[in-house]
Amino acid sequence: MHIRHVSSSRTMRRALASAGIVGLALGAAACGSDDSGSGGSAGAKEKIGVSLITKDSSNPFFVAMQKGAKEDATKQNVALTVASGKQEGDDQGQITAIEDAIARGDKGILITPMSTGVNAAIKKARDAGLYVIALDTPPDPANTVDITFATNNREAGQLDGKWASSTLDGKAATIALLDLFNDKIVSVDYDRDQGFLEGMGIDVADPKKNGDEAKTGKYTGGKGGDYTIVCNEPSNGAEDGGRTAMENCLSKNPNINVVYTINEPAAVGANTALKAAGVSDAIVVSVDGGCAGVKSVKDGIIGATAQQYPLKMATMGMEAIAAIARGGAKPSTSEGLDFFNTGVALVTDKPAAGVDSITSDAASKICWG
Amino acid sequence: MSSSTSAAAAEFARRRQSPVQRLQGLLHSYPWLSPLILFAVTFAFFSILNPRFAEPGGISILIQQTAIVAALGIGQTLIILTAGIDLSVGAITILAMMIMATLASDGGMNGLLALLIGIAMAVAAGFLNGILVTRVNLPPFIVTLGTLSIFTAIALLYSGGSSIQQDRLPRLLNFLGEGFGPRGGLRLTWGVVLVVLLYAIVGFALSQTAWGQHVYAVGDDPESARLSGVASKRVLLSVYTVAGLIYGFAAWALIGRAGAATPNAITDANLASITAVVIGGTSLFGGRGRLIGTLLGALIVQSFSFGLSLAGVNQQWRLLATGVLVLVAVTVDQWIRKVKA
Amino acid sequence: MSTIERLPLAVDHLPEEKRAKYEADPILSARDLVITFGRVIGLDGVNVDLYKGEVLAVIGDNGAGKSTLIKCLTGAYTPDSGDIWLDGSKVDFRRPQDAREAGIETVYQQLAVIPALDIASNLYLAREERRKGPLGSVLRMLDKKGMKQRAGDSVQKLGIQTIQNMGQAVETLSGGQRQAVAVARAAAFGSKVVVLDEPTAALGVKESGMVLEMVKQLRDSGQAVILISHNMPHVWEVADRIHIQRLGGCAGVISPQSHDMGEGVAIMTGAKTLEQPPS
Repeated sequence: MHIRHVSSSRTMRRALASAGIVGLALGAAACGSDDSGSGGSAGAKEKIGVSLITKDSSNPFFVAMQKGAKEDATKQNVALTVASGKQEGDDQGQITAIEDAIARGDKGILITPMSTGVNAAIKKARDAGLYVIALDTPPDPANTVDITFATNNREAGQLDGKWASSTLDGKAATIALLDLFNDKIVSVDYDRDQGFLEGMGIDVADPKKNGDEAKTGKYTGGKGGDYTIVCNEPSNGAEDGGRTAMENCLSKNPNINVVYTINEPAAVGANTALKAAGVSDAIVVSVDGGCAGVKSVKDGIIGATAQQYPLKMATMGMEAIAAIARGGAKPSTSEGLDFFNTGVALVTDKPAAGVDSITSDAASKICWG
Repeated sequence: MSSSTSAAAAEFARRRQSPVQRLQGLLHSYPWLSPLILFAVTFAFFSILNPRFAEPGGISILIQQTAIVAALGIGQTLIILTAGIDLSVGAITILAMMIMATLASDGGMNGLLALLIGIAMAVAAGFLNGILVTRVNLPPFIVTLGTLSIFTAIALLYSGGSSIQQDRLPRLLNFLGEGFGPRGGLRLTWGVVLVVLLYAIVGFALSQTAWGQHVYAVGDDPESARLSGVASKRVLLSVYTVAGLIYGFAAWALIGRAGAATPNAITDANLASITAVVIGGTSLFGGRGRLIGTLLGALIVQSFSFGLSLAGVNQQWRLLATGVLVLVAVTVDQWIRKVKA
Repeated sequence: MSTIERLPLAVDHLPEEKRAKYEADPILSARDLVITFGRVIGLDGVNVDLYKGEVLAVIGDNGAGKSTLIKCLTGAYTPDSGDIWLDGSKVDFRRPQDAREAGIETVYQQLAVIPALDIASNLYLAREERRKGPLGSVLRMLDKKGMKQRAGDSVQKLGIQTIQNMGQAVETLSGGQRQAVAVARAAAFGSKVVVLDEPTAALGVKESGMVLEMVKQLRDSGQAVILISHNMPHVWEVADRIHIQRLGGCAGVISPQSHDMGEGVAIMTGAKTLEQPPS
């Protein structure tokens, strides 16, 4: 009936328009969290206003970062505002939070930048006199912010690769690569993946692109040997995605014996798939080093994981901003890197030759989350 | 009633139809036929690309990968049949999952009790959607857009953002991940069995009971339904509540599938469930479609994903292919509707 | 019912067999119906008697109160004062559902059929029948085959030849055929009164003819029918008596035999007043 359809599409349009407005309003509301007041001018006893802006508030990594920062804020006499986007890719959420920080009169911003889409807002903040520190991931280009306190995702991947190749002890490697996304390109994704391959001693072709390597060849890490890359599958960094990705890879080649995973939740999912397929001898490596992940190492689900220190990034960043606001010196980058390295360590209970590591027990004392 | 008119009508009824028109007519009478044919074509295509696709092991993986979205699709189908839409499908599932897992974790509450409470929460969430649609008279799009954020926030606050792995949960909550059948062969999990059961039960209700008739009536022409004596508001409320119940079961199955309860799962629940419903031939305007179509729609989408992966196709091409699939499926569906009986 | 004075009837001109139905008591009676909307008088003390087996047409200009009268009789409005009796008992309708439950079925102008559902489903909408035994009581399974068959019977009873397949979707039917489905639904469930609101308004000549045949069939099967229409030729073709509304009141009840169309229209517009009928 024509009349009914026209009015439904009109209703639909009106609904979409109002939905858009409601959605934006909800998005803005969801991004702002506890507002702990603004900072005044610099002075040792004055509260310094700092904003911590993460990518989202659901990834345990960022949740831990936020928690650690809040605990440290009182010690530093910092008025901390915590905000984030709604999920990966929500540039607008971070942009709004940056603008809020400027309006509030914060002295500095700690941010895990979503993408180059937030660069313009960051510049606005720096022009307004805020000191901006990127956490965990350097922005592109790196000098968009004043400095980056990061973990070296590349190094993390390399540690995994070195450990895996050493553990293989000359055996042929049939490799599954469980990345983060297949519809977005983010630096953590290619840094860890390509880092892993570099650690294995495999030619990565374009070091900022996943999946362009030769599918077969020789790896030079450890004792060296033949390798086959079976797949690059997106896991979304979660357990259910990890499972689906691992299943896809196993269906292509059931003889996989090396699994690189973007983070520990993906590794857990991958392990469920491996168990279901009856594969018991695959080496699984990962990155993150949260307490749950460290436990997975202890339980044998993950062979080795590269532990990063998100809380350290946040607390060191906050200390730096507080110091600068009170007249102290600005921090400088670590040697040879364009960011300040907050450190990474390999966690494993099966140490391999040629690569330093700490045990899961030691790691559980300094893990996050 | 002049005889020449009825003769002309009879002539029209007997008219010679081209094979294409006959096919169109057949597809119009049996709306689940077109997704079935599309699935058969897809299956054949990907089997040729990589024979592993059609092996028992491959089929087993495909079915397991489809199960969760297929379950969510049941609730989404019911709601879309009433000319509504549910954007909170994933959020309700996550909420139920985190509640049942948190309650039962580390030797806490009894597994069965935690499971029932989690499912009850999902039912309550669906009921809330229904109340907002029927009593406050807000459009379903707006309602579920708002409740999506509310339920997600509650789940995050409740769980603290961290996931709970299966070793901390009682066997009952993990149970749907267990299965039967040879490893590497045609292995089915209890989760798959549950989803098939849900399809059978809800499918029966939709096609064989008065309630089902009323769902279609309310979706096709709500005013006529009301004038005819159908309790439209009660039917709508029941649809949203039943959807919530289905999402609760999906949450249980998701724990078994993922090996953990996590707030970061099924981030694409909305798009995936709506795509499955649409490809399955259910009209977004309500009143038309068969539940089995959604199951086929979910299988088709997952076949694309799994099949392209097996064929080693590049990531970007996969994205393109899925987009083209949706457009083709909906275009074919539109063509089928333009038929003279 | 013996307490109510029957309204005077002018049926002497009718043949013997047609007069018989007026010997019984009316199936529906209304006395002194008054309804006002603010300062506007909708009904001004209207009386109606409706007998089984007759078609009572209600005509009147816009604003004369014919749809208001019908709404009072079918429960869409509650009159401010006045009484209504159905089948001997006083009734008080608060909403349309009450009237339907009492046995007054209305076929609305927009028909209220569901295009996507088939004919049988439409006929039984909100009155579906379940299968016998546990399949019906426990599983609540519908008796689709039975309903289809009985739907076919109902439609046939109305003399409709062109609808053969009860499993056909209503959207494939013509306007007249949809009207037939709606009327069949109204007549199928042991209703006492069937009210048809402008049934031929949207139809062409051929289909109107089919609908009017249906109305006659309904009447001949003993149903009491109220027909609202502004199409005078159609009214004069099927009506047994014609109730004329004018300015909120009844300007008179005539029949096609006692007055012709021109006179009817004249009474309706006030150009002519009705002489008192011989008692």
